[in-house]
Amino acid sequence: MSKGVAITGMGIISAIGNNVEENYQSLIESRKGISRISKIKTNHVNDIMVGEIAFTNEEIAAQLGLKSDNSFTRTALLGCLAAKEAVENAGIDNVDDYKTGLISSTSVGGMDMTERYYYESFENKAVQKYIESHHAGDSTQKIAEELGINKSFVTTISTACSSAANAIMLGARLIKSGELDRVIVGGADCLSKFTINGFKTLMILSDTYNTPFDENRKGLNLGEAAAYLVLESDALVQKENKTVLAYVKGYGNANDAYHQTASSENGDGATLAMKKALKVANYNAADIDYINAHGTATGNNDLSEGRAIIRVFEDTVPDFSSTKAYTGHTLAAAGAIEAVYSILALQHNVVYPNLNFKTQMKAFEITPELQLKKKPIQAVMSNSFGFGGNCSTVIFSKEP
Amino acid sequence: MKKVYINSIASVSAQKTFDNAEFLNDFIDHEGIEIPVVNPNYKDFIPPAAARRMAKGIKMSIVASKIALQEAELEAVDAIITGTGMGCLRDSEKFLSTLIDNDEQYLTPTSFIQSTHNTVGGQVALELQCKGYNFTYVHSSNSFESALVDAKMQLAANEENTILVGGVDEIGEHTFKLQELVGHVKVKPVKVSELLNSKTSGAVYGEGANFFVLSNEKQESSYAQLMAVKMYNTLPKEALSETIKAFLSANELQVEDIDLLVLGCNGDIEFDDYYDILGEGGFNETQQAYYKHISGEFNTASSFGFWLASKVLKLQTLPDLVKLNDIKSSDFKTVLLYNQYRGENHSFTLLKQC
Repeated sequence: MSKGVAITGMGIISAIGNNVEENYQSLIESRKGISRISKIKTNHVNDIMVGEIAFTNEEIAAQLGLKSDNSFTRTALLGCLAAKEAVENAGIDNVDDYKTGLISSTSVGGMDMTERYYYESFENKAVQKYIESHHAGDSTQKIAEELGINKSFVTTISTACSSAANAIMLGARLIKSGELDRVIVGGADCLSKFTINGFKTLMILSDTYNTPFDENRKGLNLGEAAAYLVLESDALVQKENKTVLAYVKGYGNANDAYHQTASSENGDGATLAMKKALKVANYNAADIDYINAHGTATGNNDLSEGRAIIRVFEDTVPDFSSTKAYTGHTLAAAGAIEAVYSILALQHNVVYPNLNFKTQMKAFEITPELQLKKKPIQAVMSNSFGFGGNCSTVIFSKEP
Repeated sequence: MKKVYINSIASVSAQKTFDNAEFLNDFIDHEGIEIPVVNPNYKDFIPPAAARRMAKGIKMSIVASKIALQEAELEAVDAIITGTGMGCLRDSEKFLSTLIDNDEQYLTPTSFIQSTHNTVGGQVALELQCKGYNFTYVHSSNSFESALVDAKMQLAANEENTILVGGVDEIGEHTFKLQELVGHVKVKPVKVSELLNSKTSGAVYGEGANFFVLSNEKQESSYAQLMAVKMYNTLPKEALSETIKAFLSANELQVEDIDLLVLGCNGDIEFDDYYDILGEGGFNETQQAYYKHISGEFNTASSFGFWLASKVLKLQTLPDLVKLNDIKSSDFKTVLLYNQYRGENHSFTLLKQC
């Protein structure tokens, strides 16, 4: 049994940077990665904005040293890049040294290739290699192979926009229970026509830069990204004398059980998730120094989440901001992206500004942090909520 | 650490398994390369207006969930954990073909919403008004086993007391055609009773939903104790025998202690040799059973194997139609399940009479 869950490595690729350092620089320089879509041909090109990663698939495949006949989808490519950075950052030479697992998460899986070759597969044998890459577990299997994880616990979670937060949660529980010594956790999602059109039918895509927690918010920007953390047990950390970046201190998962795609008005599920996470962490609300909010900039989410935050923290709501204005909403990966940002906040003692905010919401009086703020930070709460009523909260801390 | 029990079972499959009073009494010898489920009367469980909008995977799962709760005599559960390889596949296909065929026009949200992998977990939570822990695993043939690992860990640690765990997948027409293209499906129709004699590659596909109430408290209705579940993303053939022995010894068991080995063989000559390594090797003196001629092959077909093993342990009887060899165990105390799909994502599951 491990009492603490140490984070010893992290890796990320998003619209604001190809690694941890680049992401951090963009965050503190208020540089957002939102633009018109360039890599996917869609009729909605002028109606939406996205957080797109600059690399082409070929460029990433070359960086990973893949053969040209590989069957990697963009989700798998992004996932491999970020996971490799995390493993390297944790100083792992041989994953077989300890019982090592992988928990990834995705919502689109291999949809980018499936939608591209939906009919062509029947005529062109060369593209049939992507048929097996469609299912959500495929990118995870490929990441495991690239990392050299064999004969081990490898799984995939898909709980919409809360997926990666749940991957972190499961990983933490597997370390605590002693099932694994080390586990790589996170998520990857690429942009696809499927998701763009899906969110379009739900009428929650903004035609301009997304504005979290603003009274006049118009919806979200979709983004693509991947991020992973390396979690290790106390025993491993001690034995190897590892540098610990932060700890997974608490986590909570609850279901809103209200509507398939909308959050309840008062954020019942979100409130439960935050309270559970505080309980697991053995924290009071006052122990949280910063909340990295889910803050998608949809009318529904920000209202529901804001109310839930007030229900949990009452009169002493800590500094909070959403970083979705930088990256867009990266769906299944969001929980991992924001985990990396939360850990960076702990390391550098900063609260990131909530970009694009102009008008205070009328429904409540809390206001997100608007400037880069330096202050001592001991614990960060990160929220991720998704379709199907899935609500997840993870708490990261400096101390075990 | 608390013990974990299977307190109820429910299955919608290609045979009439939704009635827990029966145990494969009437066998339908389907013939084909995909086999349809025997539908329960959905109206008995879901209001018709709601059912019309629901994807097949959701409908099957809600029925199975309700049967499982009923049998466990529960109004509610603490958590819901779902495994599904592909989610509500038909809706994903419907949304995607409309998108492509109509050049991103005339799309409606319903099929997009239902295409989300966790839509079943979300819908069951809505139906049961369960605000507790809710996870969905989507890892091919280890989707259901991931759910089992998760549930067992929480129940053993006494974090929750009752968890609804399920595996569900549906057949999608377009995806099925793509899988035919790459040879994952048998070319010629077979009679399912002859599945293992086909001597051809590919599987016969199926669909279904199998749900269970797992609990750390034993009750009258309990079927078995869930001892252990172990997953492997890869497992080379040459490592299979030693790995399963190590798994048994970690649970203080030997091959001789296993009264029944339930194998996930599906009649695909390219991959059934994994099962032969055990069946004809170390376990050649153990009674064996199989089930994919009943369930068909799908990412969560192993949840039907779990159903079968639970039923055998409670009723202490093994129907002839699932027997794989002539060896007879005097009684069924310990059952071991092994499954993999196309050589990947292997799992061992250990159940014990309770």
